[in-house]
Amino acid sequence: MTLRRRNFLKNSLLPSGGAMIFSLPFRADSQAVPGLPASMQQPGKPFSNYGQPSEYEKTVIRWISANAEVPGNGVSWSPLHELAGTITPNGLHFERHHNGVPEIDPKQHEFVISGLVERPLQFSVMDLLRYPMHSRICFIECGGNSNTSWRTEPVQSAAGYTHGLVSNAEWTGVPVKLLLKEAGVKSEAKWVVAEGADGASLNLSIPLEKLLDDAFIALYQNGERLRPENGYPMRLILPGWEGITQVKWLRQLLLVETPAQSRDETAQYTELMPDGKAQQFSFIMQPKSIITSPSVGMVLPDNPGIYQISGLAWSGFGKVAKVEVSCDGGESWQEASLQTPVLDKAFTRFTIGWQWNGETAILQSRVTDEAGNIQPSREMLVTEKGKHNFFHYNAIISWEVDPSGEIFHVYA
Amino acid sequence: MFMLKAAVLAAVVVNSVLADELYQPMGKIDHELNNAAKWNLTIFPTGKNLPEGSGSVRQGAELFASQCAACHGQNGRGGSAMALTGDVGSLTSEYPEKTVNSFWPYATTLFDYLRRTMPPQAPFSLTADEAYALSAFILAQDGLVPEDGHLSQQNIHQIQMPNQQGFYTQPRDNLQVMQ
Repeated sequence: MTLRRRNFLKNSLLPSGGAMIFSLPFRADSQAVPGLPASMQQPGKPFSNYGQPSEYEKTVIRWISANAEVPGNGVSWSPLHELAGTITPNGLHFERHHNGVPEIDPKQHEFVISGLVERPLQFSVMDLLRYPMHSRICFIECGGNSNTSWRTEPVQSAAGYTHGLVSNAEWTGVPVKLLLKEAGVKSEAKWVVAEGADGASLNLSIPLEKLLDDAFIALYQNGERLRPENGYPMRLILPGWEGITQVKWLRQLLLVETPAQSRDETAQYTELMPDGKAQQFSFIMQPKSIITSPSVGMVLPDNPGIYQISGLAWSGFGKVAKVEVSCDGGESWQEASLQTPVLDKAFTRFTIGWQWNGETAILQSRVTDEAGNIQPSREMLVTEKGKHNFFHYNAIISWEVDPSGEIFHVYA
Repeated sequence: MFMLKAAVLAAVVVNSVLADELYQPMGKIDHELNNAAKWNLTIFPTGKNLPEGSGSVRQGAELFASQCAACHGQNGRGGSAMALTGDVGSLTSEYPEKTVNSFWPYATTLFDYLRRTMPPQAPFSLTADEAYALSAFILAQDGLVPEDGHLSQQNIHQIQMPNQQGFYTQPRDNLQVMQ
């Protein structure tokens, strides 16, 4: 307590009773209203320049899995099973880096459009901030999300730590078509090689058609400038497309006639089919849904009891049209409620109440998108794409609840 | 575009205007961008953007042993990092292995990727000669370059990789489906 405050109390309170009144605010428990929590009987902590989650939420974190020799090559999964609503907080957005997160001074960053254009152009970050911006909420999913599900035995990690290489944010930035118009696209140009300014200088070929459609260069993520791990100071956003194409730390768009055949569009992010040939350029993320709660690793406290089933659905083809939920391993399906607004190529939250009779139950969700695509069963997916595909796993995810209330990941 | 920029500026100066789709083009035109090495890093299957230089299998072997084998194994396999060599022809088997030599469709991709990412602690530290030599050594492990051979700006893009025809190259999802 400061001297000044002590004096204030002394002056104002002494006339009516002195020491006894002076001690009142320091009593551990209120005499006036018994049973109040301590937080109501004392002032709270001061203001903060940048807010952080509660001390009690320390376990709600991304789960990191990286290469021991090259710690910048790996992923961190978003804890989908701990989150509600549809927006992924910036600190919990999934990560996939190929050689770490670069530290880029925006004043030094150069961005270039070159190759088959009339006017090769160079931009600074400040330049891009002068353009009309638009905002869009959309999901980004890594092409390798859920890839442990190609294995013959289901892994028992928490839902987000198996399927959480997907997140959803509001991105704000400059439409690429404005910049391409300024550069003047030559008629021979058909593809664009996007390149990042990171330690992997990741390069990837994208059909020009997509960049002239809904692509934009994001500078903001959920209202604040991009996080370093999400491409600061600028990244490409291609709504609905595979994460690898949405190049972070973007330094260049190179317009060309044919694809670069870069490592990440040949050796990786291609789907090995049962005939031994691999599908390249499978850009659009297929419809997918997952029950985030209750889910693997959780324990249901009451048997029997009523529980709220909640999950996420998304599709790179457009809006989610409907989500059905089964509690009997797909024997019967019930349509879930969708949280509104349902947005194009964005997370959609679904919910439905469930009265558990206490017997073994298998919980599943199945999304249908507005283009009519239906999330396949695991059996259908493996039959079509084989066992060694590794990418683009979007089959129905099954949680088995046993009579003790424990929940396991199963293939059903 | 100069005319557009002038028109926009003129509008701002002469009559103050509020309008949708009104913006100032900010790009700085620089035709040298199409020639500068740092803006032409991507190596294409045609050989476009390959730098001058050459390197032999023998030179590559020495470099590989000192710089790469610790992670990738002595002959490019058996290490903690991805296998680079061997398993050619395994893609239709029960245990397909996607190595450089069994899976990658173009040798230019190997050169491109080596230069921009390897070794991970020092990307772009390899000289062009070193990157050609390492490419030659890796490809030689499966006979794609002779033991006494070398690779250079002139010939690396002429290598026929075993799996060059092993890809469906049409984008799987018709863009029109997105509507």
